[in-house]
Amino acid sequence: MLASLLHLDWLLLLCGAWLVVGALGIFALRRFRFVSHVLFPLGGLVCLGVFLVALSAIFESPETAVLPLGLPGLPFHLRLDALSALFIAVIGSVGAGVSIFAAGYFRKGEGTPPGLLCFQYHLFLTSMVLVVLADDAYAFMVMWETMALSSFFLVTSNHRIAAIRRAGYLYLLIAHIGAIAILLCFGVLQANTGDYTFDNMRGQQLSSFWSSAAFLLAVFGFGAKAGILPLHIWLPEAHPAAPSPVSALMSGVMLKTAIYGLLRVSFDLLQMQLWWWGVILLALGLVTALFGVIFSAVQTDMKRLLAYSSIENIGLLCVGMGLGVLFKAYHMDALAALALTACLYHVASHAFFKSLLFLGTGSVLHATGERNLGRLGGLMRYMPWVAWVTLVGVLASSGLPPFGGFVSEWLLLQSFLFTPGLPDPFLNMLIPVVAAAVALVAALAGFAMVKFFGVIFLGQPREAKLAQAHDAGWLERAGLLWLVAGCLVLGLFPVQIIEPIGRVTALLIGHNLADTVRANGWFLLAPMSVERASYAPLVFLVVGAASFYLAVIMVRLLYRGQLRRAAPWDCGYPAGNARMQDTAEGFGQPIRRMFDPFFRMDIKHPTPFDEKPVYSVSVDDHFWHWIYLPIAATTEAVAKLVGRLQQGRISVYLLYSFVTLIAMLVLVRL
Amino acid sequence: MMHAYLIQSINLFASVLLLLSFAMLSQRRILTVIHLFTLQGATLVAATVVVAYVTNQHHLYYSAAITLVTKVIVIPILLHRLIDRLNVKWDVETLINIPTTMLIGILLVVFAFNLALPIAKLSSSIAHSTLGIALACVLLSFMMMITRAKAVPQVIGFLSMENGLFFAATSATYGMPMVVEFGIAFDVLVGVFILGVFMFQIREQFDSLDIRHLEKLKED
Repeated sequence: MLASLLHLDWLLLLCGAWLVVGALGIFALRRFRFVSHVLFPLGGLVCLGVFLVALSAIFESPETAVLPLGLPGLPFHLRLDALSALFIAVIGSVGAGVSIFAAGYFRKGEGTPPGLLCFQYHLFLTSMVLVVLADDAYAFMVMWETMALSSFFLVTSNHRIAAIRRAGYLYLLIAHIGAIAILLCFGVLQANTGDYTFDNMRGQQLSSFWSSAAFLLAVFGFGAKAGILPLHIWLPEAHPAAPSPVSALMSGVMLKTAIYGLLRVSFDLLQMQLWWWGVILLALGLVTALFGVIFSAVQTDMKRLLAYSSIENIGLLCVGMGLGVLFKAYHMDALAALALTACLYHVASHAFFKSLLFLGTGSVLHATGERNLGRLGGLMRYMPWVAWVTLVGVLASSGLPPFGGFVSEWLLLQSFLFTPGLPDPFLNMLIPVVAAAVALVAALAGFAMVKFFGVIFLGQPREAKLAQAHDAGWLERAGLLWLVAGCLVLGLFPVQIIEPIGRVTALLIGHNLADTVRANGWFLLAPMSVERASYAPLVFLVVGAASFYLAVIMVRLLYRGQLRRAAPWDCGYPAGNARMQDTAEGFGQPIRRMFDPFFRMDIKHPTPFDEKPVYSVSVDDHFWHWIYLPIAATTEAVAKLVGRLQQGRISVYLLYSFVTLIAMLVLVRL
Repeated sequence: MMHAYLIQSINLFASVLLLLSFAMLSQRRILTVIHLFTLQGATLVAATVVVAYVTNQHHLYYSAAITLVTKVIVIPILLHRLIDRLNVKWDVETLINIPTTMLIGILLVVFAFNLALPIAKLSSSIAHSTLGIALACVLLSFMMMITRAKAVPQVIGFLSMENGLFFAATSATYGMPMVVEFGIAFDVLVGVFILGVFMFQIREQFDSLDIRHLEKLKED
């Protein structure tokens, strides 16, 4: 009986298990220990099951099912193919780590009761899996909205703080504007047949105008969820507001469902790709990445910094996707597969390292109660576990080997190197510029990450209370280690990871990169040919480790007995104190100067005569002032105009109905 | 012969209804307005009974009985008790002065007749010529609700509008189905109860029944 179940059935059962776990949370609303030590680990176990089922489903042929849920005559169609299975595998694997961490993370008395939080959390996971499984627009939208709502409640779990409510509102607003665009996109895709199943949409032959309309609507709608410029503004507000495991899930996994939607629409549902779509995605992605990384370099709040870094990574994903569309439009399938592989690889690696980093900030936040980088520092001594684990995330995020981030960014740059093969000379000239900009983004990301790690964990503590910081508990450590393992596996076994990704590109483009990669043996990654470029992670690791230890031994031998212990970063100045260290603002200063036009800065310098000199700088987003504030002002003005109707006088209201009645009667008479 | 007189009497009752509507529109004293409303209800009952007798429609007798109980007996009693307890027998204020109101009322009647003309031609009912009057009653009562600043006359305007509707239904199609009529009768009673409670609340809040005080509830 059990053996005869399809992968899809297993996934649905596991989703049911999540809902049961969540419902149990509702019944144990305030029994904190039960929720944290039983329900969350159980949820984590289910995540693991989801991961394993989805991983094996990638290699199987697509499975479909019809759930008799929903409105009469509108059942939920579900479909599990390689693309959805890959994203579910990412959700499951990252979710497992986050759930285990969450078991140790949530504390008593923080906003929403733990049981309710548990329910929202598992509902969030379920809806993400079902969004990816959905095979008709109706199921997709229902799940998409469930996902938005459950994450909204998770973001506002500390709803007593006004700023958090504001952040949640902004998030919900933009999510809904995006949802409208997605709905319209599906409306275009069904081509007036009235049948909203994806199967029907695949069969439609749309004209290039309507295809483009659907594509642009999808970019707008999914871009609102992913945080593509200029719809990114909710991200840096919502991520710091949410509890850390939630920000980890949102940034690591939920943003990826938007990428999934964009891939699904542009490669699966639409039957043609135009070259300029790729250019649009490239341009948007590039601007987003550049903007995100520059802003992340000047942040002083650690979670905001990570949120902007998420925007940057979404930009990189878009760049990869844009290249894929471009190559596909010119029928260069092998290269399109390479670009998409880079994109999907980055989906996985970003999911792991970004959730790892967010969880790390969660531990720091709990240990110190501080999110402001200006009040942290020197935590490596007090929280060695978290520090080392975060170091892995930081290295992966900067795109350094031997971690996952390197492989994906390397693949992305590799696919740029093949663009000279494009038949359009104009593109051939422009795309090297894009490649250079992507390299710049990668470098700046490294800068931001050095700042992140250095200011939090290195140097001297900037506050006295930091000496009392405690390291993460064992459940938190387990969750963090799981994610570290993910980063390492993604970095060390790229050839094996490309196997499942190849299945996806085979589905979307008809070309499997794994075939070429496999030929070079299991340890050498050469996306096109060994002569062009190759990467052997294990060799790199061995050589790197060997030279590191060699250096350590040499230092030990040469300087035996001459070691001198001193406070770090004191520049040889013995009276240095924590206030003399480089600060987060100071570290970001060069970037702020160099990329001045990107910011809307408000700097207040003290005059020489000030008794108590105060220096302050606030960095603002241009888009607020260019787009959002004018829209808000217009809306308010229109609302005021309409508000004049509301006089508060019953006679006037009656008069309205009377006049309407008379007008209607006149109309009838005519 | 008898039949023709009876049909004539329906037209008579209809014109009495219209006259009463005008009287209510021009009347300032609340007590008199209530008397006029009771009278209007009684006229309505009489008209319905005549239509029922002429056309031999038995269910119209029941309608007439319901109307008699609710609009001639129960609601006037409720209203009398209400104004006793609220101690508001005298009403002086209208938002628009009475002559202007009357002029607008005449325009409304002309409009209503004009409107009812094609409908009345289609209708085969014996009372079809009174449809215009019924519509005029509805519009005049609506007008009364708009021009009164106090809560009690507004309620009466609402009830009298319902009278007009009922008459329209009788004259155009020999009344509505029984279920609908029961429903409306019940609605009107409940409406009066709710508005009564509402009025007490207004007075407690503002020490007056002037609904202009409600303007303060508006959010700025």
